Amino acid sequence: MESLSNRKKVLEQKPMSFMERIYLPSIFKGLAITFRHMFKKKETVFYPEQTRPVSENWRGMHSLKRDENGKERCTACGLCALACPAEAITMTAAERKKGEEHLYREEKYAAVYEVNMLRCIFCGLCEEACPKEAIYLDGPVVTADYLRKDFIYGKDKLVESPFKS
Amino acid sequence: MSDKVKVTIDGITIDVEAGTSILNAARQIGGDIVPPAMCYYSKLQGSGGKCRTCLVKVSKGSEKDPRPMPKLVASCRTTVMDGMEVQNITSPEVTEARKGVVEILLINHPLDCPVCDQAGECHLQDLSYEHGSEATRYEFERRTFDRIDIGDKIQLHMTRCILCYRCVYTADQITEQRVHGILGRGDAAEISTYIEKAIDNDFSGNVIDVCPVGALTDRTFRFKNRVWFTKPVDAHRDCPTCSGKVTLWYKGEDVIRVTARKDEYGEVEEFICNTCRFDTKKTSDWVIEGPRKINPHSVISANHYTQLMPPSVVRKNPALLEANKEQFERSTKL
Repeated sequence: MESLSNRKKVLEQKPMSFMERIYLPSIFKGLAITFRHMFKKKETVFYPEQTRPVSENWRGMHSLKRDENGKERCTACGLCALACPAEAITMTAAERKKGEEHLYREEKYAAVYEVNMLRCIFCGLCEEACPKEAIYLDGPVVTADYLRKDFIYGKDKLVESPFKS
Repeated sequence: MSDKVKVTIDGITIDVEAGTSILNAARQIGGDIVPPAMCYYSKLQGSGGKCRTCLVKVSKGSEKDPRPMPKLVASCRTTVMDGMEVQNITSPEVTEARKGVVEILLINHPLDCPVCDQAGECHLQDLSYEHGSEATRYEFERRTFDRIDIGDKIQLHMTRCILCYRCVYTADQITEQRVHGILGRGDAAEISTYIEKAIDNDFSGNVIDVCPVGALTDRTFRFKNRVWFTKPVDAHRDCPTCSGKVTLWYKGEDVIRVTARKDEYGEVEEFICNTCRFDTKKTSDWVIEGPRKINPHSVISANHYTQLMPPSVVRKNPALLEANKEQFERSTKL
């Protein structure tokens, strides 16, 4: 029966020639490709020791920034939590006491700041919402773990380490 | 009907009582044409005329004298005349003037909204968002004051104050003798109590509600939570001193703040007493009426859903449920 679309290709199989039948030329052709690759630049990196360069707009783990004097920038305004579509961020604010001026920039600061890395979708909206330039998603890939509770990252993991003077 | 006068605001005509202000006439129409007001407060007599945000253009004075008013007028203090024609949002002059007013109101405002407890229900925030410009042209140092505790429940951030005098009128009218007022004149004017005397009146807490900015805030709510993370619920109780009708602001199970009920213009419906506001913060003290209706455009309604049971994303399939159960039983048996 003739096909309706008339686009069907009929393949006909010719009998193999002698050179094709001994298969050796094809085998050597294939092996040549394999050997050529041994002298090319390797694409793999030794991952935990070596990391690939990331792109400009890479978004990884969150980090809470400090200002030029080493004070925490976050003032617990809650805009990141409001912007977060996955509701991954929670925080508790506290008032800065006398004598803590070198630790926190504003009179209010985040006493608790938690990001649930299982909920987070790394969209970067918190970064955009932040009026104080306090949060950036410039960290590494969030590592695997065994327990769900260990994915709730607190300030101990998120805050930038203090500057060395 | 001789005491009714006809007034046209932005092309919408309405009959109002003689002696009504333009602002109130516009509020009777409602919608976008209502001029914003920072200092006028319908529950406080004599308020208004200070902030100039409600400026409107009167393009026709009245039927008898159809000349336009030479300058923009404050709509909260100008009464309507028969046949008056008013332009608010239809006049570019008014929009321009309002932008200038916002700029002047913000000259000394610290814009510390991330820290301020009023953020989210702040009228100045709304006003500058709608009418203000993005950047400031002010280059000088802003006036700053130290934080003052007025009593143990109210906190005064004079830095944020826009000198609308609402709290002074509240103290004058709601309470019997007022203990705070404006000290100094002009640029040096500040709201203060005489020798930081504590307010010990039953209704003094209402100055928190009438304050359009974060200058007078609740100390018991200070830095507790952001307004938009709390859930407003209408409730009432039998109160011997006030009406007892309030809004409770819940965070989880706890009432973290009690305020009076505010209408769409941010004005309280009824003033409440300090016992209701500060001392009764348990659910058992109140009779819950239901969730408070909040304007869906407000940040307070962000991420809140009005529908009680949102439709399920995946349709329930009883046959599949049954099959899954069988599968589970079989696998556990093995």
